[in-house]
Amino acid sequence: MSDYRGYSGKSLEYLKNNNINIGESVKIFADITYSGIIMPRYEHSDDKHLVLKLKSGYNIGLGLEKIKKIEKENSDKKKIEHKVEYKKKISLPKILLLSTGGTIASKVDYRTGAVTPILTAEELNSSVPELAEIANIDAEVLFSEYSENIMPEHWLKIANKLNEYCKSNYSGIIIAHGTDTMHYTSSFLSFALSGYPIPIALVGSQRSSDRASSDAALNLIGATRFLLGCKTNGVYVVMHQDKNDETVACHFGTRVRKNHTSKRGAFQTIGDVPAFIVINDEIKRNNLKNFFKKKEYEAKINLKTNVALVKYHPGYDPNLLEKILEMNYQAIIFEGTGLGHIGKAMYEKVKKAGKRGIFLGMTSQCVEGRVRMTVYESGRDLLNLGITPLEDMIPEVALVKAMWALGNSNSVDEVKKIMLENIASEISN
Amino acid sequence: MPEFSIKDVGLKVGLEIHQQLDTNKKLFCNCPPIESDEYTIKFQRKLRAVKSELGEYDPAALFEKSKSKIIIYYANPQSSCLVEQDEEPPHNLDEDAKKLVLVIASSLRSNIFSEIYPMRKTVIDGSNTTGFQRTMLVSQGGFIEVDNEKIGVQSICLEEDAAKLLRDKGSIREYSLDRLGVPLVEIALEPVEGEPKKIKNIALSLGRLLRSTKKVTRGIGSIRQDVNVSVNNGGGVVEVKGVQQLDQLEKVVEFEAKRQHGLVKIIEKIKNSNFKDISKENDVFEITDEWKQCKSKIVQKALNDNFRIKVIHVKNFAGMFGYSPYNGIRLGKEIGQLVKFFGIGGVFHSDELPNYGIEEEDISIVKNLLKTKENDAFLIIAAPTDKIDFAIDSVINRIRDAGRIVPSETRLATQTGETVFLRPRPGASRMYPETDIPPIIITQKELDYAKNNIPKSWDESITELRNKYNLNQQLAEQIFDSKYIELFEKIVQRIKVNPTFVASILCSTIINLERNGLNAQLLSNNEILKSFELLGNGKIAKESIEMIYENIMAGKSRTIEEAIKNASINTVKQDELDQMLEKIIENNKNMIKNQKERAMGPLMGIVMKELRGKVSGEVINKLLLLKIRNVLENN
Repeated sequence: MSDYRGYSGKSLEYLKNNNINIGESVKIFADITYSGIIMPRYEHSDDKHLVLKLKSGYNIGLGLEKIKKIEKENSDKKKIEHKVEYKKKISLPKILLLSTGGTIASKVDYRTGAVTPILTAEELNSSVPELAEIANIDAEVLFSEYSENIMPEHWLKIANKLNEYCKSNYSGIIIAHGTDTMHYTSSFLSFALSGYPIPIALVGSQRSSDRASSDAALNLIGATRFLLGCKTNGVYVVMHQDKNDETVACHFGTRVRKNHTSKRGAFQTIGDVPAFIVINDEIKRNNLKNFFKKKEYEAKINLKTNVALVKYHPGYDPNLLEKILEMNYQAIIFEGTGLGHIGKAMYEKVKKAGKRGIFLGMTSQCVEGRVRMTVYESGRDLLNLGITPLEDMIPEVALVKAMWALGNSNSVDEVKKIMLENIASEISN
Repeated sequence: MPEFSIKDVGLKVGLEIHQQLDTNKKLFCNCPPIESDEYTIKFQRKLRAVKSELGEYDPAALFEKSKSKIIIYYANPQSSCLVEQDEEPPHNLDEDAKKLVLVIASSLRSNIFSEIYPMRKTVIDGSNTTGFQRTMLVSQGGFIEVDNEKIGVQSICLEEDAAKLLRDKGSIREYSLDRLGVPLVEIALEPVEGEPKKIKNIALSLGRLLRSTKKVTRGIGSIRQDVNVSVNNGGGVVEVKGVQQLDQLEKVVEFEAKRQHGLVKIIEKIKNSNFKDISKENDVFEITDEWKQCKSKIVQKALNDNFRIKVIHVKNFAGMFGYSPYNGIRLGKEIGQLVKFFGIGGVFHSDELPNYGIEEEDISIVKNLLKTKENDAFLIIAAPTDKIDFAIDSVINRIRDAGRIVPSETRLATQTGETVFLRPRPGASRMYPETDIPPIIITQKELDYAKNNIPKSWDESITELRNKYNLNQQLAEQIFDSKYIELFEKIVQRIKVNPTFVASILCSTIINLERNGLNAQLLSNNEILKSFELLGNGKIAKESIEMIYENIMAGKSRTIEEAIKNASINTVKQDELDQMLEKIIENNKNMIKNQKERAMGPLMGIVMKELRGKVSGEVINKLLLLKIRNVLENN
C-alpha cells in the first residue's frame, strides 16, 4: 500500500514531509507514546488526524496538533502467505462462476482492515471449501461493481459472455452479483437469452463474506446443489429463504424482488412460493412449469434504455409526462395504483403519448396481484387511451422487458406484441 | 509438602473489569435491556470459522473449526430487534453511553482520543450473531488512587455485551438475545505487584468509582472481573475470567499464584531431569485392541462407546505427572482439565497406576508395547476418533511446555475460588474496522462537559449521605451501592419517614425476600413509593410493609392496594381488636396473674402472630398493657 488513501490537506502534507506511507510502522510521541501502523482514512474525513492501528489491534485517530514527533520503526517480520493447494476433483460436474461484484466473495486483511474481493477459484475454495466437494468450479471475473452502479451496458456484457458459453459442458452457471439490482439483471438475462440450455443462478449475499455470520457460503453451496440437481433450465435468483441458515430459495428470475433492505431472506417470489428450495442436499421443486416458454435457444442481446418507469401518486404533475415525451422516451411503464389506475389529471398527457406512438404499459405499485382495468371506469378510460395492461408483471421486470423489447423491434405494435407474450414466466398464467 | 508463601513468588496481577452501563438502551439500537424468559422468536445459524491469517498450527482452532455447531437463538421483541438478529446494520452509537464513558475516562484522568474507531473483534462461539463483537478504544493511560498508591490505567473501551448462553449440548448451542448489545465499559489496569488483598481493594475502589456515576447497573452479572496473573520465572500470563464477587477475587488470585508457582517448581524439576522431547510419529501408540480385556469400568465404557484408546510414551518422565509441589497442584491434573476442552473426561498416567480398575496386567501390556525403561512414563487417553488426535496434539504440546513455561491460557474462576482450564490462549486478536459505523469524533465541548461532570468520589458521597440522613456507615454504604439510591432520596425528601427505616427496608428487607426466592422485579419503584406514602399518612403499619412486599414479589398482587386486600392487612377494626385482645386475656388469665407484667412478652407473641401487619405493633402494645394492668388491678 503506497498511496495515501483518505489523507488530504494538512494530514497528507504531514505524512509526506516525514516520508511516511500508509502501512508503515511508526512511533508517535504525543501526550503518551504510541506504537503502531499508519492506516488509511475514511473518505469524507477531515485533514487534521492520522489513523493508527495499535498493537492491540484497535484503530485510533490522533490529532496532528497533539503530535510532537513521529518516527519510522523497523517493520515486523514479513507475513507468511500460506498457499493452499486446491485439488480439483476432475470427475465432478463443472460449474462456471462469473463474478460481477458484490460482497458475495470477499476477504479481510486483518493487518490493514481492508476488505477485498475474492477473485480466483483458489481463494473461493479456501473460503467455501464445501464447493470443491460437489463441483469442479471455474472462476472468471467479468467486472467488479456494487450493484447499485450496474447499468444496462453491464447486462449486455453479462449476456454476451453467457452466450459464448451456451454450448459449453458446464452443468450450471453461477453469477455472483450485488443484491440491490440482482432482479433487474436476472430479468434482462431471462429475455435476452430465452431458452438458454444451461441453468443460471444469480447469487448474492446480504452480509459480506468476510464475516463469520455471512450468508454467502450457504447461498453459494445451495446454488451449486440446485444447479446440479434441478434437471431443468432457466434464470434463477438464489438466496436465503429466511433468517435461518437452513433453507435456500431459488426464485424465477422474472418473478422475484428484493423486499427488505437488510434481511437475509430479503428476496421473495411475488405471489407464489419459490420455484425450488434447497435444504441440506435435498432439492424440492414447487413450480413444475418450465421457466422458458420456448424450447429453442434464441439469443437477442439488444436493448434501448429510453424507457421511463412512472410511479403514479396523488399530486403527480402531468407535466412531467410531457418532459418525458420531450426527451424522446419511447416507452412508459406505469406503476399505477390498485388494479392499474392513474388519476384523471393525467389523461390528457397520456392521450398525447399514445398518439405519438409511445408504448404505454400498466403494472401496479401494489406489486402483488394482477392488473385488471375493465373493472372500474378509470381503468376503462385508460384502456381507451391506449394503455396496455401487463397482467401481473412486476413493475421492475416490465421496465427491463420494455427496454429489451424496444431493442428488438421496429414499431410500437411489435413492442406491444412482445410485451404481451409470456417469454420467461414473467406473466403467471 | 512445603507451605506456599505468596510473598516470594513475584505475583503480578492485571485487573480488567467489564461493567454494564445503565443507559436503558443498547449500544447500537434503541432496545431496552429487559431480561425475560419468554421468547417468541427462534432461529438457527451456523458460524463459519474464519481462516487464520498466520497459518499457524493451532490444534484448538482446528478443533473448533471441526466442531461446527448449530447455534440456536431465542429473542424477545421487547428486548431485541433486527439488529441483534444480524438482520439489520447497527444504528448510530448511543449518545448517552458515549457521554458516560467520557465521564468515566475523565474520572480516571485517561487520555481520550479525538477520533474513536469502532472495530470488529472476531468471535465465533456464537455469543455474537454477527460473528464479531463491536468494540472501540476510547482512551489510554490514567490512574486510580487506592490506599495512597496510583494504580495505572492501561485502556478504557466501550463495547457491546454478548448474548447469554442458555444451553450447550452435543452439536447445538443455544443463546438468548436479551443481553446482546448492552453497553459495557471495559477498564484494563496496569499489572501491579502485591498481595491478593491489595488486588481486592483495587477492584473495590474501581467498582465504587463506577458506581459513583450512578449510571451503571447493579446486581449479579452487571460487573465482571477478569484477572491476568503471572509469577516470577513463569514466563506466561494467565487470564482468569468470570470472577463476580470480590471475596472470590481474593481467593482466585491466591489460588492462581500457588498454581503457577507450583508449575514453576515442576519446570525446574523437569529441567533437571533427562527429559528431551516427544515424537508424534514414534511415541504414540494405539491400544484399543490390546486393552479389550481390561476390567476397568471406565475403559470398558469407552470401548463400548466405540472410543479409541491411545498411549503417549514420555521418556525420562517418571514421577513428573504425579509430582505435587503444593497440595492439589500436579501436571497430571492440569492435563486432565486440558482434555475437557475437547469433551474428553480425563486421562490416566503412569504415576497413578494401578488404579481405577486398571491392573498390573494392563500396565504390562503397555510397557511391553512401548518398550519402556525404568525412568519412563506414559499417558493414556480414550476418546472418539474425531477428537482423539486433536487432544493428543494438545497434550503433547502441554507436556513440552511443562519443562519450559507456565502456559498462557484462559481459565475460569470457580465458586470456591479456584481456577480451571477453559480454553487455550486465543490467537492474536482478529480485529478490523467496523465500517458500518463512521468514526466517532470527540469534540472539545464534549471533553469539557465530561471533565466538568466527574462525579464525587465514593467516600465523599457516603459522607454526604450519612450527614444528610443520619445513617450509620454500613447502611449508607449499602443504600448507595444499591439500585434504590435514587428512590431512597425521593422517598425521604417527600415523606415524613425515618430515613434509617427506609434504607433498611430497601436494603435488608427486599434482599431477604429475594434470598427466599421471590422476585424483586415485580415490585416497581412506584409501588414502593406508594407504600411509604401510606405509611407516612398512618394508613398502614410499619410491620405490614414486609408483608405487602412479600405478596407482590410472590406474584400474588400487582399493586400495594391489591396486596393490602390479599394479605388481609388493616382488616381489623377497633372493636374487633378489642374483642380479640379480651379473648386472649381471658384465655391467659392465670399466666397474667402469675407473671404480672412480664406476661406481655408471650402475650404479645400470641397477638402479633394473629395481627401482625394488620394493626400497628405499638397500638397493640399499648392496649395489651392497659388490659393486663386492668386484670392485675381488679384481681
